[in-house]
Amino acid sequence: MSSTTHDVYYVPAPSKWPVVGSTALFLLACGFISLLHFGHTQGVVLLGAGFATLTYMLFGWFGNVIHESETGKYNEQVDASFRWSMGWFIFSEVMFFAAFFGALFYARQMSVPLLGDVDNQLVWPGFKPGWPSAGPYIGTEFHPMSAWGLPAINTLLLLTSGVTVTWAHWALKAGNRTQLNLGLAATIALGLIFLFCQMTEYGEAAFSLATGVYGATFFMLTGFHGFHVTLGTLMLIVILGRCLRGHFTPEHHFAFEAVSWYWHFVDVVWLGLFVFVYWL
Amino acid sequence: MKKLRVLAGALASAVPALALAGYDVNIPAPKTPISLQIYGLHMEIMYVCLAIFVVVFGVMFYSLFAHRKSRGAVAAHFHENTTVEVIWTLIPFLILAVIAFPATKTVLAMKDASNPDMTIKVTAYQWKWQYDYLNDGLKLYATLSTPREQIGAPDAHGKVTNEHYLLETDNNVVVPVGKKIRLLITANDVIHGWYVPQLGVNQYGIPGFIKDAWFQANEPGVYRGQCSQICGKEHGYMPIVVEAKSAEDYAAWVKEQKAKQAADAAPAEKVSLADPVVR
Amino acid sequence: MEASHAHAHDDHHHAPTGLARYFTTTNHKDIGSMYMWFSLIMFFVGGFMALVIRAELFQPGIQIVNPDVFNQLTTIHALVMIFGAVMPAFVGFANWQIPLMVGASDMAFARMNNWSFWLMPPAATLLVGSFLVPGGAAGSGWTLYPPLSIQGGISVDMTILAVHIMGASSIMGSINIITTILNMRAPGMTLMRMPMFVWTWLITAYLLIAVMPVLAGAVTMLLTDRHFGTHFFNAAGGGDPTMFMHIFWFFGHPEVYIMILPAFGIISHIIPTFARKQLFGYSSMVYATASIALLSFIVWGHHMFTVGMPAAGNLFFMYATMLIAVPTGVKVFNWIATMWRGSITFETPMLFAVGFVSLFTIGGFSGLVLAVTPVDITLHNTYYVVAHFHYVLFSGAIFSIMGGAYYWLPKWTGHMYDETLGKLHFWLTAISFNITFFPQHFLGLAGMPRRIPDYAPQFTEFNQISSIGAFLLGFSQLLFLYVVIKCIRGGAKAEAKAWEGAEGLEWTVPSPAPYHTFETPPQFH
Ligand code: HEA
Ligand code: HEA
Ligand code: CUA
Ligand SMILES: [Cu+2]
Repeated sequence: MSSTTHDVYYVPAPSKWPVVGSTALFLLACGFISLLHFGHTQGVVLLGAGFATLTYMLFGWFGNVIHESETGKYNEQVDASFRWSMGWFIFSEVMFFAAFFGALFYARQMSVPLLGDVDNQLVWPGFKPGWPSAGPYIGTEFHPMSAWGLPAINTLLLLTSGVTVTWAHWALKAGNRTQLNLGLAATIALGLIFLFCQMTEYGEAAFSLATGVYGATFFMLTGFHGFHVTLGTLMLIVILGRCLRGHFTPEHHFAFEAVSWYWHFVDVVWLGLFVFVYWL
Repeated sequence: MKKLRVLAGALASAVPALALAGYDVNIPAPKTPISLQIYGLHMEIMYVCLAIFVVVFGVMFYSLFAHRKSRGAVAAHFHENTTVEVIWTLIPFLILAVIAFPATKTVLAMKDASNPDMTIKVTAYQWKWQYDYLNDGLKLYATLSTPREQIGAPDAHGKVTNEHYLLETDNNVVVPVGKKIRLLITANDVIHGWYVPQLGVNQYGIPGFIKDAWFQANEPGVYRGQCSQICGKEHGYMPIVVEAKSAEDYAAWVKEQKAKQAADAAPAEKVSLADPVVR
Repeated sequence: MEASHAHAHDDHHHAPTGLARYFTTTNHKDIGSMYMWFSLIMFFVGGFMALVIRAELFQPGIQIVNPDVFNQLTTIHALVMIFGAVMPAFVGFANWQIPLMVGASDMAFARMNNWSFWLMPPAATLLVGSFLVPGGAAGSGWTLYPPLSIQGGISVDMTILAVHIMGASSIMGSINIITTILNMRAPGMTLMRMPMFVWTWLITAYLLIAVMPVLAGAVTMLLTDRHFGTHFFNAAGGGDPTMFMHIFWFFGHPEVYIMILPAFGIISHIIPTFARKQLFGYSSMVYATASIALLSFIVWGHHMFTVGMPAAGNLFFMYATMLIAVPTGVKVFNWIATMWRGSITFETPMLFAVGFVSLFTIGGFSGLVLAVTPVDITLHNTYYVVAHFHYVLFSGAIFSIMGGAYYWLPKWTGHMYDETLGKLHFWLTAISFNITFFPQHFLGLAGMPRRIPDYAPQFTEFNQISSIGAFLLGFSQLLFLYVVIKCIRGGAKAEAKAWEGAEGLEWTVPSPAPYHTFETPPQFH
């Protein structure tokens, strides 16, 4: 029986990081609530403590994982576990965005038209439905974001970054470290430029989060996307750092792939945004 | 074991109490064409479920009885049979189709509020109802009329003294009998529910939106209901009382109300619907 | 089995002891036990709130809590029971059983597993602690419908963040479970040879990953509507409170199957064991479970028949909802066919399983009554609904949890529990459960709305019966606590195969299961 070719699956030793992570999230939650309700200082202190603890946890935990990976503790089966888990994690992210896309479609197809129908004239006399709309009461004049300025450039940026990260991946598989580092650096740069453009666009926006359901869906969708790009960029930076230290082999580099999967996911979400938030 | 006896005692004392009181164990008597259909549908489904329950659990309890190890039963070895799987997939499906058919008709009838004889706009507030009779130009507010002192204080036997405790209002909604009444239901702060079981209506009032429903009372009478969606601390205290009257009585009531409203020195409070959410 | 031989890796040598062991553990059995204890505690906390609710409803008038507090108790009772008692209990079972059942050394991500657990206590603190902040806990019902939930105070934000944290915990837990099942099965255990409990959890985990993020999105929108000026759920800005309901129930309906599918799995182990006969129709059970899960995504509108959807919407959701009775029926019939011509004995787990099958079906039937739109119109938000969901949740989910606990306690503790007390616990629970919740059907039919602290006098008698039942039911659970503790402390020694008719890898390891099992995968035949 013990003649099976499976070697043992790596089960990590007891670790303090989970509890540290929970403490961090609890502090963040308490800090956020304090900030909303009890004034500034308390909230900022708690949030700061939360972020510090979270950072400590992230460095410590990922430090462990990277160490285990580099010292060859992870066999093929562990690698497969990472693949499954990353896939399902991205699925969960897809569903998170689905909630906000759902809100957008619902507002456009259901609630705004309904508010303008015959019966609702009793409540909102004279309201003309259409899209974009900030609703019958907030509905002041505003200029929606056009698709063909910065957003189109951003689309190009992200699509290109999808290519560069793939280029880096090919280089990694071919053992070409220079191209790998170049490809990654280019991807990071594109991500940063994207974020810069997004900030610029926000700065120029002639409406806000409070501009009815249009402003709400616009900023929440693009905001969460931007947040994901930020995370993705940070992860790419970590990966670049590891590449520079000589981590990864052409056969064994799932951390790299996971980040590139994530990056492609962020890319696809953007395409959805571009079509449904900016363009149509 | 002592617990068991207490339990048995509780059960035993409960049964005669029930029999004596003769409480309804069913939907209150339906008073509109729609609620009549609802009543019928409910009976039909309940009997179907009851029948399935008796058959299915008859089989199960027979098996539990007959195939006990203590009776010397030896386990058989079968564990698969595609034919029975198909059969017990199809039969429930067919039963459901039979139920769905009349239900569909009722849904369509229920949703058809066209060509009403009159229209009342219902606006819910925390915690009262406003009724605007759009055809007759009347407006009234209905709030709970059970005296507040009674609420905290049932009598020594835990009984409340007021017959219609919690189900009475200062201004009842009066409607003519036999007429199709369309309700335009909305709310001004949070979601409420306009719910009168005997009239077969249960419709949320959603702030900022108008939703419609309709009923047609078959016979004169007083029909009581309550707010059906949690709306804050007084959710239990916003009853609905509908009085269906004959055409003449209704006309007289309208006249009386008009006179009353004209006599009112203060004009009816103007409520802004523009800001539906109290922040 | 070579399961018990010394483990190869060097990591466990300096394992911490005492409290630190549980804070830092990466062992699925430790984590499983923590989940189970957490769940039991939350069950008592939520049950305590239910008892206050039932005490207030013993007679008309306001006696014990004011209407505000009443609403808060209702809301937190539900959230605690769902997110604190039922879901963690099933995750506890998953932790204990799945590695044992599929022959894995541990969960795929043992460290993350511990994080999933340790997110629960802070979340529970936020949730239950919200009673202490100014304004008290959230009082909008567990469904948190805006605009009512927009009006609430600090506690609503605490609830929202608690939901976020519990959601993160669920998602990580589910990813862990899915990965363990898909990637760590012993050689020879193909998907269609997995134990039913493993199958049901695979599908449940999929549901969780699909809908928890949607709930997170919904409450996030609530948060921004509350504090950052968005108008998702406000008509003034073109939003719609109904939109929240759609998003919430897109989560909410699959959520109720999240609370019943693992129960189906547990029952599918208990019945064959005590009927001493293989589960009937294994593959149709798998397909039925998957169909229930898929259908669960398209039925959410049955919670919204009274919001004023167009007729087509009502009809669609009615048909889809009714369809779910078909695969669920298949499961019920298969269980009965498993019992048929078995060699049946009635140990406590079997009693709970039989109770489950009959009482859950009653709950399913009342669900079907509610599924018929016109009937729902007259029963929506009445006690009929309350009766329906306690039948599926208590005599469904909770019965399976208790039955499963009795079933596997010998494996977990190495001792047999006290059979006499176990049976007594079952009968007390089953009888008082019915006294509590059966009369609520009548209350609902007669038109008593839910979420009210005070009611019209004609509802008095049934409410009194229900309240008496609730107290019996509540105090009977102290017996369960006693039996469990007694079993941990001692009792007859359990065999590796504690039940004559039990099948599966978990019964091949000694009882109690050693701290490390299957460090090299067993061969599954
Ligand atoms: C574990 C939890 C669970 C489960 C399994 C179910 C199962 C079902 N539920 Fe339930 N439900 C809830 C938990 C659950 N529910 C909760 C918590 C609420 C309230 C939420 C709130 O508002 O707070 C709710 C509310 C709820 C409503 C809304 C009521 C309202 O607010 O007005 C409806 C309406 O359709 C419904 C229907 C159903 C149906 C059709 C099933 C079906 O899955 C049942 C299927 C089973 C059977 C039918 C029995 C076995 C079948 C056979 C023996 C075959 C033969 C049968 C026939 C042919 C009839 N449920
Ligand atoms: C799994 C879920 C679950 C479970 C197990 C229960 C269990 C119980 N529920 Fe629950 N309930 C819900 C889920 C659940 N409920 C939901 C989702 C709602 C809807 C909420 C809403 O409307 O938003 C609800 C609402 C609800 C209502 C309606 C409230 C209202 O509309 O205002 C009522 C009323 O009777 C009730 C009663 C009970 C009772 C008596 C129990 C009993 O089974 C409890 C048994 C009791 C115990 C287990 C307690 C043991 C404690 C002691 C013996 C005391 C010692 C105390 C300590 C040590 C602290 N519940
Ligand atoms: Cu108004 Cu409940
Ligand atoms: Cu549902």
